[in-house]
Amino acid sequence: MDSASLIYAILLFPLAGAAINGLLGLFMPSWRKQERLIGILGTAMVALPFAAFVVLFLSFDGNASITRFFTWMAAGDLTIDFAYRIDQLSLLMGLVVTGVGSLIHVYSIGYMHGDDGFWRFFAYLNLFIFMMLNLILGDNLVVLFLGWEGVGLCSYLLIGFWYRNLANSAAANKAFIMNRVGDFAFLVAMFILFREVGALDMSSLIAAGSSMDPTMLSLAVFLLFMGATGKSAQIPLFTWLPDAMAGPTPVSALIHAATMVTSGLYLLARLSPLVLLAPGVMTLIAIVGATTALVAATIAITQNDIKKVLAYSTVSQLGYMFVATGVGAFYVAIFHVMTHAFFKGCLFLGSGSVIHGMHHVEHELAHDGHGHKLDPQDMRTMGGLKQFMPATRMTFLISTLAIAGIPLLAGFFSKDEILFKAFEAASFGFPAAWFVWGVGLMTALLTAIYMIRAYVLTFEGSPRWPHADTLHPHESPASMTVPLWVLAGLSVVGGFLGIPAVIAHGDLNWIHHWLAGDHGPVAERLFDGHVALAMEWALIALGSGVAIVGVTLGWRWYTRQGLAFDDALASRFGGLWKLFQGKYFVDEAYDKAIVRPIIGGARYVFAPFDKYVVDGLVNGTAFLTRALSFVLKYFQTGLVPSYAVGIVFGVVLIVWLMLF
Amino acid sequence: MDLSQAYSSMWADIAAALPLVIVSLAGLVVVVFDAYRNRHAATPLITLAALVLAFAVEIPALSADGTAFHGMLRIGGAAAFVNLLILGSGILTVMLAMPYLKRLDMHIGEVYSMVLFATAGMLMLGAANHLVTIFVGLETMSVCLYILTGLVRKNQGAIESALKYFLLGAFSTGFFLYGMALLYGATGTMSLSDMQVAAGSGSVMFWAGVALLLVGFLFKVSAVPFHMWTPDVYQGAPTPLVGFMSTASKAAAFAALITVLVLALPPERWTGVLAVFAVITMVIGNVLALSQSNVKRMLAYSSIAHAGYILVALAAGTPEGYSGALFYLLVYTVMNIGAFGVMSQLEWDDAQGSTQSLDSLAGVGYRRPLLGWTMVFFMFSLAGFPPLAGFLGKWAVFAPAIDADLVWLAITGVLASAVSAYYYLRVLVVFFMKSARDGEPGTAAGEAFVIPTMTRGVLIFCTALLVVLGVTTFAWDLTGTFFG
Repeated sequence: MDSASLIYAILLFPLAGAAINGLLGLFMPSWRKQERLIGILGTAMVALPFAAFVVLFLSFDGNASITRFFTWMAAGDLTIDFAYRIDQLSLLMGLVVTGVGSLIHVYSIGYMHGDDGFWRFFAYLNLFIFMMLNLILGDNLVVLFLGWEGVGLCSYLLIGFWYRNLANSAAANKAFIMNRVGDFAFLVAMFILFREVGALDMSSLIAAGSSMDPTMLSLAVFLLFMGATGKSAQIPLFTWLPDAMAGPTPVSALIHAATMVTSGLYLLARLSPLVLLAPGVMTLIAIVGATTALVAATIAITQNDIKKVLAYSTVSQLGYMFVATGVGAFYVAIFHVMTHAFFKGCLFLGSGSVIHGMHHVEHELAHDGHGHKLDPQDMRTMGGLKQFMPATRMTFLISTLAIAGIPLLAGFFSKDEILFKAFEAASFGFPAAWFVWGVGLMTALLTAIYMIRAYVLTFEGSPRWPHADTLHPHESPASMTVPLWVLAGLSVVGGFLGIPAVIAHGDLNWIHHWLAGDHGPVAERLFDGHVALAMEWALIALGSGVAIVGVTLGWRWYTRQGLAFDDALASRFGGLWKLFQGKYFVDEAYDKAIVRPIIGGARYVFAPFDKYVVDGLVNGTAFLTRALSFVLKYFQTGLVPSYAVGIVFGVVLIVWLMLF
Repeated sequence: MDLSQAYSSMWADIAAALPLVIVSLAGLVVVVFDAYRNRHAATPLITLAALVLAFAVEIPALSADGTAFHGMLRIGGAAAFVNLLILGSGILTVMLAMPYLKRLDMHIGEVYSMVLFATAGMLMLGAANHLVTIFVGLETMSVCLYILTGLVRKNQGAIESALKYFLLGAFSTGFFLYGMALLYGATGTMSLSDMQVAAGSGSVMFWAGVALLLVGFLFKVSAVPFHMWTPDVYQGAPTPLVGFMSTASKAAAFAALITVLVLALPPERWTGVLAVFAVITMVIGNVLALSQSNVKRMLAYSSIAHAGYILVALAAGTPEGYSGALFYLLVYTVMNIGAFGVMSQLEWDDAQGSTQSLDSLAGVGYRRPLLGWTMVFFMFSLAGFPPLAGFLGKWAVFAPAIDADLVWLAITGVLASAVSAYYYLRVLVVFFMKSARDGEPGTAAGEAFVIPTMTRGVLIFCTALLVVLGVTTFAWDLTGTFFG
């Protein structure tokens, strides 16, 4: 098959899956019972595109190719095609999205078993994949934006999947509305770029970058970054992501860890030649990223809900990626996107497996009539799960060590590269990067600690749920553990795609060559000098040391003292701990500063304005028109002489108009 | 010219104007046939056959270009398009009228001969190239229409409205003739193609003649303030024939007006005049339609408003404007015949719908789904909703006005048609969202009859055509080729 038909297949399979499962489920209640069929269909519609990506990847000749399907819209100078770009970046992202996506679809067959909305879930997931593929393959910003909004919609639908619980709907609304803020910035950025460049396809934009007015370019890049902070949950728009954990856990893994939340990074990497021309904004990106990483990590350490820990960890890791973007190492950001998709996907799926097991315990407890209530996501009532769920435990441990940055696991390579790039930037003329580098190191330590805390509280020690002696959770079915093992395996080996420059002068750094090589689509900031080789080794040793120290300390503290250590920390740090636990009270501040004034304004200013002024004008116009109609009706007497008078009047009018 | 010359081209002329000949002859045949075989079932079929034959003969003429009868008639192009429109309207009307008159037990053969003669008049008017042919066509058409209005005399209203129509029509014809006389006096010619040159920049006498000539046209297309006969006539006349009068006669009159504008007049002065009449026609037509409670009367005012939209296109005075007007006439014909066709099936009061109010139609859309749903299409199209043809038609008439710097005129038109959505959609509200009260005449008596197959066919055809014309532009593109 040629690449055009492969791209057709890649895009249309998930769309068809969504349509089939969605429409049949909607109109044929009997279809909803066919879990096996729905699951297989849904998974195949993602696995087939993955296979197509593999074919494209293997036959890729190093040149970007653009496939135009048809013109979407044309108005004046603006022509938007449904055009899709295959290059190194979109291939890599496509492989990650459909690969991890397929695994999570398989996992969902087990996880969502027995849910009333099984068909709906798979329809949404397939639709999400379709939209995500539009986002990463689209050759112009408008198609990209279509995907961008589409994944936002699917995210909304899936966060609120269990919509009968009002809290879930509220979380969905929060995610959607916060994303709108970022989307608005993205839109304005598009308007500016169109005004400056006159086109919105990637090649034209990138080619026009150097001739653009630098102020406008910086403004556009800044607004794109604002859009990215919404989608990728950075300060100031990060508070929706932890709430988004209200959705089913496979959703958290797929959308809120592996794929959608990284689309902001993708956007900046895609337009990296433009971003590089706005160094001021890049500094801002690096600082925002580093700050977000630290803030989220400090919150993560205080959370007791296993998914919340992972959610804040995601925000923190996304902060790392923005650091990489900010220091001009776009390919490293994408590298971390990829490794993060492996280990964070695995962690989320592992937590899902744990929740699945604890749900069983909760169910049994409720059944006994002991009156015990159990939150299946609360780590305080877990513990000792390693004896009941060995596969889950092993994969969770592997990915925990990977995210902590234990050497030779995936997270080690990508995180170390980010820190190294920050150090390099700091050494060669970007002093702000010192701050970024320092914060990054501190965050790395915190990451190791909170992750090992989550692991220990969940799997080590002895069970803490009621009647633990008689009630046991069970290991999850193979449909769930197999994807876990695959992702764990990738978390081990995934890092070797980016072997650092200390070895063989970077010749073995595949991802660098692939993305940022001679023909690669991703730009990078080049520096005047090189960090000395010994220094590089020292930095690697420092990074590894931090990870190992963090893991060791966390292990020691939490295996020995367990939950009591949290209390010790709380009393030691006092107010600071309260600040972390309260998530820096950002939600509360937003509520006071933005939400309430807007609601108040709506209620007391805009609603009356709408009711009395706008409606008054509208109703007044309608009233006047009807009144006019009523008056004019009286000229229609039904008598021929009055009609003739009308004609004479018309004759006078027309002769007068014509002659004078 | 000497007679031998006239005879030498006679056969070619007859061949070129064959549809006109066919329709005229068929009219004579029907008169004679009806005299010997009164109330015979074949009468409408002969009529239908003649119209279909004429339609088929006219199709190839679309690509022709020329004149016949020594420059008295134009052949091909816009004239052929208008002829097809008139003949198509006639075919659909006869198909609607045949079962309608049967149901009322009014087997009047003259209806069909009058339809045929009226059609002949319209064909001549639509293809006229000379003031005399315009006048002959206009009067042939008008006299037949006066008769048709009063022919189905089951009630007093029909005769009253026929008389009104006749008196006022005669009045306006006086102005029209006077205008012709002035034009001849000013230019010394009655041939439209020679008049532009002869007029130069136009004397006072010339422009006065143009003004009076326009009175005649504006009366026929029922532009405000020459519109007052319209509601009374449409309400009193038999419903399927109202569909015919409101579409074919307007198409013919507008076609003749366009010919006059294109060929005979210097390109100035009159655009502003037409713009003024377009505005008052759109505004007053729409505003008055708002307060009507009788659907046929409402449709009468709506047809006034639509004449206003077409005048907008003419006021632009550009080729795009003329072709847009022709396209709009096509769209308007389809949706109006459809709407009157639906209404002709909803008459169960004894006065043939002349007292039929909105209230008596409550909930009819569910009881008679075919009528209800086709009416949805007709109303939405009349209101100008995409993707139906009414939207594309409005685009075709308003866009030229904008291109001709008459933005205010286009805005007025769009606002006026926004008002129209109210009364069109109100019909649908009554059809679908109100439930019939007990004791309404309709629920008991009149609704029992079956909708004739032929009527169903016409309604479905009109609906389908509205969709086709709304999503494809072939007809619009075709009209675009007529004006240079």
